[in-house]
Amino acid sequence: MSLPLHSRVPHGPIERLWDQARFEMKLVSPANKRKHTVIVVGSGLAGASAAATLGELGYNVKCFCFQDSPRRAHSIAAQGGINAAKNYHSDGDSVFRLFYDTVKGGDFRSREANVYRLAQISLNIIDQCVAQGVPFAREYGGTLANRSFGGAQVSRTFYARGQTGQQLLLGAYQALERQVDAGRVSMFPRTEMLDLVVVDGHARGIVTRDLVTGRIESHAADAVVLGTGGYGNVYYLSTNAKGSNCTAIWRAYKRGAAFANPCFTQIHPTCIPVSGHYQSKLTLMSESLRNDGRIWVPLQPRDQRPPNQIPESERDYFLERRYPSFGNLVPRDVASRNAKAVCDEGRGVGETGLGVYLDFSDAIQNLGADVIRERYGNLFDMYQRITDENPYQVPMRIYPAIHYTMGGLWVDYYLMSTIPGLFVIGEANFSDHGANRLGASALMQGLSDGYFILPYTVGDYIANNALGKVDASHAEFARSEAAVAGMTKRLLAIQGHHTVDSFHRRLGQIVWEYCGMSRNAPGLETALGEIRALREQYWSDVTVTGSADDLNQSLEKAGRVADFFELAELMCIDALHRNESCGGHFREEYQTPDGEAQRDDDDFSYVAAWEFQGTDQQPLLNKEPLHFEYVHPSQRSYK
Amino acid sequence: MRLILQVWRQKGPQARGRMVRYDAGDVNPDMSMLELLDVVNEELILKGEEPIAFEHDCREGICGSCGFMINGIAHGPLPATTVCQLSMRHFRDGQELYLEPWRAKAFPVLKDLVVDRRAFDRVISAGGYITVPTGSAPDGNSILIPKEDADRAMDAAACIGCGACVAACPNASAALFTGAKIAHLGLLPQGQPERHERALRMVRQYNREGFGSCTNIGECEAVCPKGIKLEVIARMNRDYIQAIWQRR
Repeated sequence: MSLPLHSRVPHGPIERLWDQARFEMKLVSPANKRKHTVIVVGSGLAGASAAATLGELGYNVKCFCFQDSPRRAHSIAAQGGINAAKNYHSDGDSVFRLFYDTVKGGDFRSREANVYRLAQISLNIIDQCVAQGVPFAREYGGTLANRSFGGAQVSRTFYARGQTGQQLLLGAYQALERQVDAGRVSMFPRTEMLDLVVVDGHARGIVTRDLVTGRIESHAADAVVLGTGGYGNVYYLSTNAKGSNCTAIWRAYKRGAAFANPCFTQIHPTCIPVSGHYQSKLTLMSESLRNDGRIWVPLQPRDQRPPNQIPESERDYFLERRYPSFGNLVPRDVASRNAKAVCDEGRGVGETGLGVYLDFSDAIQNLGADVIRERYGNLFDMYQRITDENPYQVPMRIYPAIHYTMGGLWVDYYLMSTIPGLFVIGEANFSDHGANRLGASALMQGLSDGYFILPYTVGDYIANNALGKVDASHAEFARSEAAVAGMTKRLLAIQGHHTVDSFHRRLGQIVWEYCGMSRNAPGLETALGEIRALREQYWSDVTVTGSADDLNQSLEKAGRVADFFELAELMCIDALHRNESCGGHFREEYQTPDGEAQRDDDDFSYVAAWEFQGTDQQPLLNKEPLHFEYVHPSQRSYK
Repeated sequence: MRLILQVWRQKGPQARGRMVRYDAGDVNPDMSMLELLDVVNEELILKGEEPIAFEHDCREGICGSCGFMINGIAHGPLPATTVCQLSMRHFRDGQELYLEPWRAKAFPVLKDLVVDRRAFDRVISAGGYITVPTGSAPDGNSILIPKEDADRAMDAAACIGCGACVAACPNASAALFTGAKIAHLGLLPQGQPERHERALRMVRQYNREGFGSCTNIGECEAVCPKGIKLEVIARMNRDYIQAIWQRR
């Protein structure tokens, strides 16, 4: 049975769609709102802003996060900034331009109506955050400061030092805590969602595990909202927080929510390379470094000389050579792929050979060390703290790392998944970034969904559906609780020979190798075989210590890694079926004669929404065709 | 290099804890403190023992999850650095490190190095915000804020809520944490309408949670990984006293 993928985009001129949709929505009477419970899972920018706003509107909200406090969600780590089409600099920015840039940057694989709405709402987000007391950078006259970011030709990025994500999240967290204080939101920290409960085809609640006592609990509601972030940790090493996981969206997928474009993942070119087998995560450095640094590797493979002993004539500035007009400033995906290619040729640098130089010596000579310190001082300090090397004297070493996942649960214009009553917001959904996300737009999407879209659309759903009374004593909850407890028991009973982390690391290596920066059909076939074999071994040979009824971090990880195994398989299936290259998805078979991504708009201009058929069954492919009325698909070129 | 770890092990909130010695043989100087614990834990798991529980998430010094005492210093010896970014090259080969959880009445130990910091959320919940319902905000540039004020507000807003200030304080005071939020919001024009009410409520809540009083010792400032300054406590005291005076 295939799913009906109705995007429910209203008809009309694009700039009026959201107004029209809002007018057509049914409202819940203020007196009735408190009778409706809404569950929000996740407390990052999307989850916290949604929970706070739903609380303000008068709903009875329950908000869940696995961390010890909602303030720790991984949105907090975003550095660069947040885009808004304010045009405060009169430099030609507009809602339409932000919309255009985002659709094009996404390589024409996103839904135009959603992206346009995002660009419109970007204006409200900044106003809201300023009013909350987010300390954005200011000009001397007291107005908001902006910078251009990620190669944009206009200055539309608002920022709070290098901690924009932290400040925006604290704003949303404080709004959330205000509702906790008002008694409108009940907060459940250290509580992990382990199943979605669907009754008569509607999402009616979740089953959770209390991470301190191990208690399995049921929570019933009229609607469930997932704002649980991306799945970059499927690669083990990523710039995500260690706890970031796919469990909430994966278990919803297994209950019937379609998963869209799982193979669209983003790799960031400027991360600190892996230094040893113990490495637990990768650290991102702002890509602004590429404004002044020059990227190179030795001309000869396996050249072991220190960088300062390699003469100019024996260096390969490969981005400048291949892309004379953009040079080191090519987009993230292009820079990353080229770095991998030279390392694959054996020309990578550092102990592991997985790194390229990012050299500031020319910039220091031309501009002086003081100018460079002023521009990048904090980044240089961070690099030195981690690597113990002084980038003012020796070139930095960088390597690409997984950073963001554009894929996620499929949602319609109202952010509702294929399960009625299940809404998905922020990085957890697939909606706005197509095959590649532009810088400073993740924060924008999280807050747009949470503050300004979801609170309307949840109300419309509740008003339109006469939902019968369901509480946690319903048989479906008992069934889910039993399934969750059974899985926990099974993991603890295996008592094998390898740790959860060692399996996760091996899984990550497979996905990185075959479904990372570039992919090809035989590689993806190999990956599918290896992932299945390793998953089988996992379920017979993993060891999880401790018990189910107390704080057990190995057990938490074990459940998450079990889900990553299944998701990894779906990513490879999706990457294998998409016989084209677009954005972050580069299939080696589909490239232009000069090695650039070759889209196939005739055959692949659609969203691939996969439907679960059973753990060992091939998932079913559903397609939502994409139409471009306002931004016409073109080939990206950076030569 | 080789390090000897003496780690606080405590099975649960009610259990008795004790220090347990672990020999870390093959330590890479580039490892972070948390990666060292990962390696020790992998060995423990393979021996069938329970790994050391510790809090962590982003591992880049911003989420505020991690933190414990290393040889009596919150977050260890390196200034302005959380344990997730503290690399082993700052220790001597053969050195003995004592790892203990934050110790404070308001932060009960849950397990090993993990403590319950929900008291911080309750302090924020008691007025650590600006009341502005979604959608009711004026244009961002209609509120002009001198750059210097915005910068000072940002200095205070940089707090990551890790709890090192409480752990380092002999009185287990949360004055630096509470003061940072009161200063951040009180330095901005948007924060003025609720400024006094905020100070009253937040300070009352922090007393209720069992944090001690501030006696201007300054240990908090010395260990704060984000460099929050003692002056935020002065601002808190001023706002609090003014608020009481106004409501006489």
